[in-house]
Amino acid sequence: MRESSSSLAGLRRRVARIAASGAPSVRQSERWLASGHDRFDAALGGGLAAGRIHEFFAADPLDAASAAAFAALLALRGGGEAPLLWLRTADAGRKAGHFYAPGLAELGGDPNRLLLVETGDAKALLAAANDAVRCAGPAAAVVESHGRLPAFDLTAGRRLALGAREAGTTLFLLRIAAEPVPSVAETRWQVAAAPSRELEARAPGAPAFDLLLLRWRAGPAGARWRLEWNRDDQAFRDPALSGALLPLAPRRALEPRGAAAA
Amino acid sequence: MALADARARVPALTVVPHDPAADAAWLDRIAQGCARYTPLVALDAPDGLILDIAGAAHLFGGEAGLVADAAMRCDRLGMTLRHAFGPTADAARALARHPAPPAPDEAAAIRRLPVAVLELDEEATRALVRAGLKTIGDLANRPMASLAARFGTGAATALRRILGDAPSPLDPRVAPPPVAAERRFAEPLASTPPAMEVLADLMDEAAGQMAERGKGGRAFRATFFRSDGLARTIAVETGQPVRDVATVMRLFAERLDALRDPIDPGFGFDMIRLAVPRLEALGVSQLKLEGGAVRRGDVDALADRLATRLGRGRVRRLCPADTHIPEQAQLELPAADAPRPERWPEPEAGEPPLRPFYLFDPPQPIEVIAEVPDGPPQRFRWRRALHAVRLYEGPERIAAEWWRRRDNKGLTRDYYRVEDVQGRRYWLFRHGLYDEKADPRWYIHGLFA
Repeated sequence: MRESSSSLAGLRRRVARIAASGAPSVRQSERWLASGHDRFDAALGGGLAAGRIHEFFAADPLDAASAAAFAALLALRGGGEAPLLWLRTADAGRKAGHFYAPGLAELGGDPNRLLLVETGDAKALLAAANDAVRCAGPAAAVVESHGRLPAFDLTAGRRLALGAREAGTTLFLLRIAAEPVPSVAETRWQVAAAPSRELEARAPGAPAFDLLLLRWRAGPAGARWRLEWNRDDQAFRDPALSGALLPLAPRRALEPRGAAAA
Repeated sequence: MALADARARVPALTVVPHDPAADAAWLDRIAQGCARYTPLVALDAPDGLILDIAGAAHLFGGEAGLVADAAMRCDRLGMTLRHAFGPTADAARALARHPAPPAPDEAAAIRRLPVAVLELDEEATRALVRAGLKTIGDLANRPMASLAARFGTGAATALRRILGDAPSPLDPRVAPPPVAAERRFAEPLASTPPAMEVLADLMDEAAGQMAERGKGGRAFRATFFRSDGLARTIAVETGQPVRDVATVMRLFAERLDALRDPIDPGFGFDMIRLAVPRLEALGVSQLKLEGGAVRRGDVDALADRLATRLGRGRVRRLCPADTHIPEQAQLELPAADAPRPERWPEPEAGEPPLRPFYLFDPPQPIEVIAEVPDGPPQRFRWRRALHAVRLYEGPERIAAEWWRRRDNKGLTRDYYRVEDVQGRRYWLFRHGLYDEKADPRWYIHGLFA
């Protein structure tokens, strides 16, 4: 049995070589993680490029859950079986809260696809991330970090980017309580919670996100989006369906200073 | 004798406090080393080992050769060895612990042992000696029933075990594994890398054995025997049955890197054994002709690797638990132990998410301004920042699980889903109703997306 399977493997390699020399194979990175919102995806040329690093900065530490949920929804959107790797340090549960599977199920994601990895410190976190991006299986790997993350310098970033490009695995880097600094990320976003569409009896509605594209390697940055997550369609959409009267611009200016100290 | 007395007599006396735990650990290490002679090694605390060498002694040139080897290794460790062979475990133990006068054969030697080997209490032993029954042979000549009537069935059983009339089962320290492979070296290996190469060969051998039986291993144990008699065991686990040599060797390499104290070869390894204690069914894998990779397997291998490096509890999956208490509704289990995935409750169509994305466990106390008795929160202070509530929904009342509590009580929680003026959504609750408690506290339990 072993002999026949190894000769099969040899044949398979030969076929793969012939195929590679003949026609240019479809590159892994030409896939996209789309949001389901037509204009958003079109503006980015199809969505967030797969096999690249994308950074999500929480606008405020209080926006951590919004940034995390946005990354999780992008990765898990549209079903499939591929697992989602979620890497965080052991103290993240105390700082930001524990990952809550019923909440993910309420958003329409399948918690059974989730594989949580906890590391002792930021160095081990990046080492684990390096292994995760080199693994071709997962839908995406999410690395959640709190604070400055000095270990993630340009060298470490390039190593991650190379690994992700080779394996075709997308890496979402969640940066909470951190300032954007130059890095090798394909796109860099600022994510904040947006006021939701009011339901009857003054109940909060579906989750809404304020997105600011801070940097995009393939095009101009600075675009702002406000997207609402529609669980039943498994897609993002415009929030203003009901003609909601939401003040858009001065939101940040009105914010009390105390929130930043938290 | 008191310590002061002893010191007065021998001024140069070295005093070491008695440490039973360290003694037990040392005995265990020696027992691990003795696994080189036979897989069936039982502890006889505090200072003995029982080895079942049936069918194994000829590998060392007979019983005498085996004892010579063991005595040489004990000598290197600075220990003295006292040993005996016997037809049963209890007989060998009695002979080793109570040296008998010389006898023509084993049976005669056993009959010449003093009655103290039965390990009855002191009074019973003295009674036997007074009755003139000084040796096992004297007792064996008497009817067993009268011994049992006078000293209890325990005494009769002990006697029959020593005489070999009743079985004396051995309780091995480590159960023999279903699949194992080992290699001995004429010349000890002085460093770890060649030892790992040998381990890879052994894994190949074990993989062949497993493939014949249609099985794969879930746990692998490599034991490196040092020439001075000690041994070091390294174990790895996998989430799915595996018999691929490269995968397992990668886990072992990962484990070696993560060890705080690397394996010390000492005077060299003279034997390496690989055991596979847990087997599970694993069919013959069929490679896809078109070259499609099995994607699920990649992530499983990654999970095993990370669990080996970080600790098995650090790589987890979430499983649903059947309870209404929010923080108990999910179980975080090590990925290697997680059961088959179960379906999570489906959310209702058209409803916004009713459970938060992140959960605080324990909940964090907040200061809330709300209408008494059960109005929604108007504003609340959390982490020194004030949040004004714009939208709210609630209360969702979750009662304590009174049927699990001895006093049938517990505070009811009133949960509110609120959104503040900045658009952030929180999950707050009041712990207790006003008729349950005078001044119920408020907590924040989670953050919505």
